[in-house]
Amino acid sequence: MSALLRPAGGPHRSLVRRWSLLVAVLILSVMASYVSASVVRTGQGNGTTTRTDSKTNGTSHHTKKAFPVLSINYDYVRMPFEISLWILLASLMKLGFHLVPRLSGVVPESCLLIVVGLLVGGLIKLMGENPPVLDSKLFFLCLLPPIILDAGYFLPIRPFTENTGTILMFAVVGTLWNAFFVGLILYGVCQATGGELREVGLLACLIFGSIVSAVDPVAVLAVFEDIQINELLHIIVFGESLLNDAVTVVLYHLFEEFANAGTVTLVDACLGVACFLVVSLGGILVGAIYGVLGAFTSRFTSHTRVIEPLFVFLYSYMAYLSAEVFHLSGIMSLISCGVVMRPYVEANVSHKSYTTIKYFLKMWSSVSETLIFIFLGVSTVAGPHSWNWTFIIVTIFLCLLSRVLGVVGLTLVINRFRIVKLTGKDQFIVAYGGLRGAIAFSLVFLLPEDHFPMKNMFLTAIITVVFFTVFVQGMTIRPLVELLAVKRKKDTKSSINEEIHIQFLDHLLTGIEDVCGHYGHHHWKDKLSRFNKSYVKRWLIAGERSMEPQLISFYHKLELRQALTLLEGGGAAVNVSMQNIQPRRPSPERLIPHMPKGREEEIRKILRTNLQNTRQRLRSYSRHTLFEDPLEEEEEDYSEVQMRKKRVEMHRRMSHYLTVPAKPQTPPARRVRFESDNQVFGSTPTSTPSSRFQVSLVPSIQVSRAPIARMEQMSQESVSLVDESSQQQDSEGKGASGSDGSLGAELSVIRGEMDNLRLPRCFSDPGPNKIEEEDEDEEEHFMS
Amino acid sequence: MVIRTDSPVAAAASPTPRDTLCPILSLANNMGASQSEHEFKDLAERTGFSLDQIKNLHQRFKWLTNHQETLRQEDFEKVSHLSLNPIKGQIVKAFFDKRNFGKHEVGLVEEIGFEEFLMVMSHFKLPNKKLTDEDTEDVRTEKLRFLFNMHDTDNDGTITLEEYRHLVEKLLSTCETLEQDTSLAIADAAMLEVARITVGHMEPHEVYEGITFEQFQQILKGVQIETKMNVRFLQMDTTTMRCGK
Repeated sequence: MSALLRPAGGPHRSLVRRWSLLVAVLILSVMASYVSASVVRTGQGNGTTTRTDSKTNGTSHHTKKAFPVLSINYDYVRMPFEISLWILLASLMKLGFHLVPRLSGVVPESCLLIVVGLLVGGLIKLMGENPPVLDSKLFFLCLLPPIILDAGYFLPIRPFTENTGTILMFAVVGTLWNAFFVGLILYGVCQATGGELREVGLLACLIFGSIVSAVDPVAVLAVFEDIQINELLHIIVFGESLLNDAVTVVLYHLFEEFANAGTVTLVDACLGVACFLVVSLGGILVGAIYGVLGAFTSRFTSHTRVIEPLFVFLYSYMAYLSAEVFHLSGIMSLISCGVVMRPYVEANVSHKSYTTIKYFLKMWSSVSETLIFIFLGVSTVAGPHSWNWTFIIVTIFLCLLSRVLGVVGLTLVINRFRIVKLTGKDQFIVAYGGLRGAIAFSLVFLLPEDHFPMKNMFLTAIITVVFFTVFVQGMTIRPLVELLAVKRKKDTKSSINEEIHIQFLDHLLTGIEDVCGHYGHHHWKDKLSRFNKSYVKRWLIAGERSMEPQLISFYHKLELRQALTLLEGGGAAVNVSMQNIQPRRPSPERLIPHMPKGREEEIRKILRTNLQNTRQRLRSYSRHTLFEDPLEEEEEDYSEVQMRKKRVEMHRRMSHYLTVPAKPQTPPARRVRFESDNQVFGSTPTSTPSSRFQVSLVPSIQVSRAPIARMEQMSQESVSLVDESSQQQDSEGKGASGSDGSLGAELSVIRGEMDNLRLPRCFSDPGPNKIEEEDEDEEEHFMS
Repeated sequence: MVIRTDSPVAAAASPTPRDTLCPILSLANNMGASQSEHEFKDLAERTGFSLDQIKNLHQRFKWLTNHQETLRQEDFEKVSHLSLNPIKGQIVKAFFDKRNFGKHEVGLVEEIGFEEFLMVMSHFKLPNKKLTDEDTEDVRTEKLRFLFNMHDTDNDGTITLEEYRHLVEKLLSTCETLEQDTSLAIADAAMLEVARITVGHMEPHEVYEGITFEQFQQILKGVQIETKMNVRFLQMDTTTMRCGK
């Protein structure tokens, strides 16, 4: 390369500069790939990923003054490089577990990740280096927010609000009880046993108790997503783990403050209560403000769809950080931000942005989770430990005991107010699901050493508790759930009927409450939704979608999903058609519409030609916009044979009227097709070109770019049409007969004959869109 | 306990004020004590409500009827919040539907007494005691039957497509900008779904008449009606003591 460079150092200086730049980039990239290759190899081979000592000099010739062709500057990239390596390691680990299905069936992922962390940490230590410790700042500012945002954004609102009382009870009273019970008894034990434990003060015990008592959302999520427990239990345990953050934060800061001050007065205690209210409500308020801001911003993003998802992440993160500034509960802030923002954002952003948001959240949260557990393992090896048998055993015992007592005691109270009582099994799972995790670890890590000389012992104890809960409880909870036959989560593929009847029931109950003159739950909910509809939505949602009731958007979503699921069904099985449920019995000749072969061919030609035009029009490119261009995405090689086959199939289907295909083996999959004469196709939000497609019974077909593109997506066979369209042109010659104008003419020719035929059905026949299909599959997977 | 009035405007707006607006607040405590006490006990046995609940409801009933013996459709106009309810018509009608009185009769009545009022309300009652699985099933069937009757307006045992369309239309009626086609399409889609779930394969010449009660149960399998269809007001414990105020 240098040989190349030297002769070029002639007259054209700008050229030289450009060349040298290019070469530098090349060298850099070569070097980077070299280093990364070597480090990755070591990283995977023997587990060391950091501190790869790269002081070996470049391999280039060391002749004096020669241009260093290859030099190494590892320090320059070290930080991001190591971070990427860690993430890569974490992701590879995650990938690996799912390749061994038997392993992931028995052991929860979190356990395996901790073990990996332990191994990695051990290897680093063997190399004589100091393994990195889970830095509290990194944890709270980078790793935790994605997980919480993911949880908050996709929080199942309905079960959450229906069980708010129970959740709050467990989160606030339960955590307080745990903290004080553990703290006080631990203090007693410490005083009783004497020895070095005598030095542990009351406040230290209490702060330890408050840290160790909080159920950890990360650990709970990791385990509970595996075991597929029913919605109620899941939301109770999970909700508790989210909401107890405020209590933990307050107790933590309170005791820390007291430890500094030395004396505690009654006033301080009262201030503590006030502080709790401020921390929790303030956190919620901050989150809500950012949520509203986020929703409001998303109102205006219709022209720059690309950065839409970013707003969601940024506003949420800002909410978290802003709350942390004032020592408010960042977790609650994040959750309220996500909850407030979601319905409006979802109404505003495009479907693709929605998918992006979802994927990013899932990706970040799962990577964070993986990293947290790995780091937990590594820090265990790294951390300064001071093992005290009594303290640790008593701690574990007290944790279990206080949890059981707390749950049982609180359930006694709660059950008096609940319609669905918590059974003994439920209580057991709630108690047993109280896993502790990395938050507790990080909080202990943050303790100032000078006020808490026993910090190392605390750290060890916390790690032991975390390991105990994650390993013992996490691993046994699944067999126990099976043993006790606790209700599992049911397949929640919502049907449109259920949605209709649930809404009906809501209105009915509101009405009955009104008649009774009782202003209860439903009454207030109704008021809230009315307020939401008449004021908030107008401001936060752009366009006409603000007026859309929930049922409609649900219907649109469902419609979209149905269109997509048709791919698997393949349209082979015909079960029930609209004809079957038509109130007036249609006349026999309309029952089986018969379309002459020639006509059919003609229609298809028209469609095809128009497709051709659509394609040409979509050819432009912009960096700032995403074109809805399913044609390009689906341009794959379809062989002639396949094409023929599809065409035959299409013949069959086109002559068929409205059909409802369903795979008999998957009854829960809802697949419905509707009569096309009063059909509104699912509209992805405004900017996507193919938003609406209406076909009326009298086939005045509005063939425009959008519907055609839509049709293209809709019909399975048309996958092949894409290629067909170009090939047909040559083979049949007359195929490409033109523009939109002639299209109209042709249509008018056939219009008369089609009056009795349900032609539009053939067009609206929703079919696959492979790419989105995958999305949807994933979506359901995530949703579940 | 004191019953709160809705706005006086609503009360005045009652189309047939059958007597002067009585001082509502005074009637609370002395409702012909001994005689009605006996009646209430009788009612309590038949409907399963507790005495307190019945007293409470009786006060409300009196308020609704302006101290008449019977309740008419117009009386529901007094409940101002009800006018915002998209399914108001159906709710009111349910109170005058003989099928809901538990007497195996059909048809509509013009006015109902307190007993009928209670019978309708009892569909929203919380079960007092712990239920066995069979009891739960009964409760569920009974509640579903109530819902089914609300939809099946002509009492022919099926919810026809027309009735279903009407239902969806009503549900969406609060939304002004909506085209009618959309609600129709939704109803059709829903109906189609029911047909597919319950019947499965159908030949083109077959006609799906409508949703029968069994099919209605089937499509709502996933919804826990027995725990959802409850109004807390009727549960006489600490929560209710607050409710009148």
